[in-house]
Amino acid sequence: MSELTLARDADGNLANKADWNEEAALMLAKEEGIELLNERRWVVINFMRKVFEEKGDAPSIRRLTKESGINTKELYELFPGGPAKKAAKIAGLPKPKGCI
Amino acid sequence: MKKLLILGGGTAGTMMLNKLNGVLDANDWQITIVDQFETHYYQPGFLFIPFGIYSKKDVVKPKRDYFPTGTNVVMSEIDKIEPNENRVLLKNNQVLTYDVLIIATGSKISPDEIEGLKDELWFKNIFDFYTIEGACALAGFFKNWQGGKLVLNIAEMPIKCPVAPLEFVFLADWYFTERGIRDKVEIHFVTPLPGAFTKPKASSILGDFLDKKNIKLTSEFSIAKVDNENKKIISWDEKEVPFDVLVSIPPNMGDEAIARSGMGDEFNFIPTNKHTLQSDNYKNIFIIGDATNLPSSKAGSVAHFEADILFENILSYINGEPLRASFDGHANCFIESGFGKGILIDFNYDTEPLPGKFPLPGVGPFSLLEETKMNHYGKVMFRWMYWNQLLTGKELPIESNMSMAGKRG
Repeated sequence: MSELTLARDADGNLANKADWNEEAALMLAKEEGIELLNERRWVVINFMRKVFEEKGDAPSIRRLTKESGINTKELYELFPGGPAKKAAKIAGLPKPKGCI
Repeated sequence: MKKLLILGGGTAGTMMLNKLNGVLDANDWQITIVDQFETHYYQPGFLFIPFGIYSKKDVVKPKRDYFPTGTNVVMSEIDKIEPNENRVLLKNNQVLTYDVLIIATGSKISPDEIEGLKDELWFKNIFDFYTIEGACALAGFFKNWQGGKLVLNIAEMPIKCPVAPLEFVFLADWYFTERGIRDKVEIHFVTPLPGAFTKPKASSILGDFLDKKNIKLTSEFSIAKVDNENKKIISWDEKEVPFDVLVSIPPNMGDEAIARSGMGDEFNFIPTNKHTLQSDNYKNIFIIGDATNLPSSKAGSVAHFEADILFENILSYINGEPLRASFDGHANCFIESGFGKGILIDFNYDTEPLPGKFPLPGVGPFSLLEETKMNHYGKVMFRWMYWNQLLTGKELPIESNMSMAGKRG
C-alpha cells in the first residue's frame, strides 16, 4: 500500500472509511510525525472510532478527556500539536466538526 | 388548554415568544416564558465597552419590555427538565408542564474550566469581555494602562460570536493608536485554531488584516493553565506566552440545567436536528440559538435566521404536519475593524465566507471580506435593528437561508 492508493478529502483525511485498517493507521500516523502506535495511542484511536460510529462525528478534546480514560496532558503527549485532529486522521475519520 | 413553554428569555427565546404570540390561538394555547434575570443585555455591544465606545447603559433594557402584554412570565432559575414527563422543575419549586417545549437557554463563559484563570489576577490583569462585568472592568483597566503586552487568548472552540476576538484586537489597534501609545502596546492573538478564523478563505484574508495591523498571531495554542505569578499562559504542550494584560475567551458552555437534565453533550449543548431544530431525542422539544449543538456559529444573527425556520416548524408540528422548513446554517457577521471601518462575512453550513458584494434592498450593497466604512455603518445600525425589529420578531430585509447573489466563488 502507498499513500497514492488511498483517496483523501480536502483536509488530507481518508475519503473512504472502508480504506482504513491497522496498516493504513500506521501510515497516517507517520504523516503526522508519529512513528509508533503504542497501546495508549490505540486506546484513543479506538475510542475515536467508537464515538464516530455512534454519533457520526469524531469527539472533541473535551469529550476525549472526559470519557477515553486518558487526560488532556497525556493526549497532547501522545498526539503532539492537536490530539483530536491528529487522532481522527489516524483513525481514518474526517476532521472533527467541533470548531466553527 | 395546551401549553407552550419557552425556557430562556434572551435573544432567541424573546424572538420566538413574539413570533408565536398572536399567531397561536389564545383560547387553545397558553404561552409561558421562564428566565432567572430581569435584564436583557445586547451582547454584541460588550465588545465596544472596553474601548469606551459604549457604556453599560447602551447595552441594557428590561426583558419585560420585549414580552407581549399578557405573557405568562416566570422568574426563576431552572432546576431540570424531565423530558419523559413533559415537565420542567424550577428552583422556586414550581413545576411547569408542557405540550411543546422550546429551549433557548443559551451559552455562557466558564472560566473555572481553565486552571488559574479565575485566580488572583482575575479582573486585575486578566479579563473577559463576554460578560458585562468583565467588559466594564476591562474598560477601567485600559483607561489608565500605559502599555505592555496585550494577549488575547481563545481557550477552546466553539465560542459565541467567533469573530468577536478578532474585532477586539482590531479595535485595540485603533484605540491605542488614538491614545498615542500604539508603539508601546504589543498585541498578540493566541488561538487554538490553525489560523485567524475557522473557515479557510476568511482565515487567510483576516490573517492578512492581523499582519497589516501589526498584530502577532500564534495559532494551534491550546491553553492548559495560567501562571499568575509569572504572568504567562501555558499550553498543554508547554508553549508559553507572557502577558501584562490577558483578555481571555474562556470555554463556552450551555446552561447547567441542561447537564442536570442529562440532555447535553460534553459542553452542555443539546443534540438538535441541524435542519429542523427539533430535539434528536424528543419530538415535542425544539432548541434554538446558542443552546443547540449545531455546527453553525453561536450568534444573534444565527438565532434570528433559526427563529424564522423554527416558527414555521412549530406551527407544522402543532398542526400534525411534517416539519418542512430547513435551516441551512446561515450566519451574517459585521466585523468591526477599527478606524470607522468594518468587514462583512455571510456564510452557511456548506458555503464558507466568500468575497464579493452583499446586496441588501434599500441599504446595500455591502462589500464582503473587505474593509469599508459602509460595513461599519451596518454594524452601528444593527443595534437599532436589534432592539426595534429583531427582538420583536419583525421581518428583517435578509433571507433566512443564505443567497449566493454577489458572492465570488
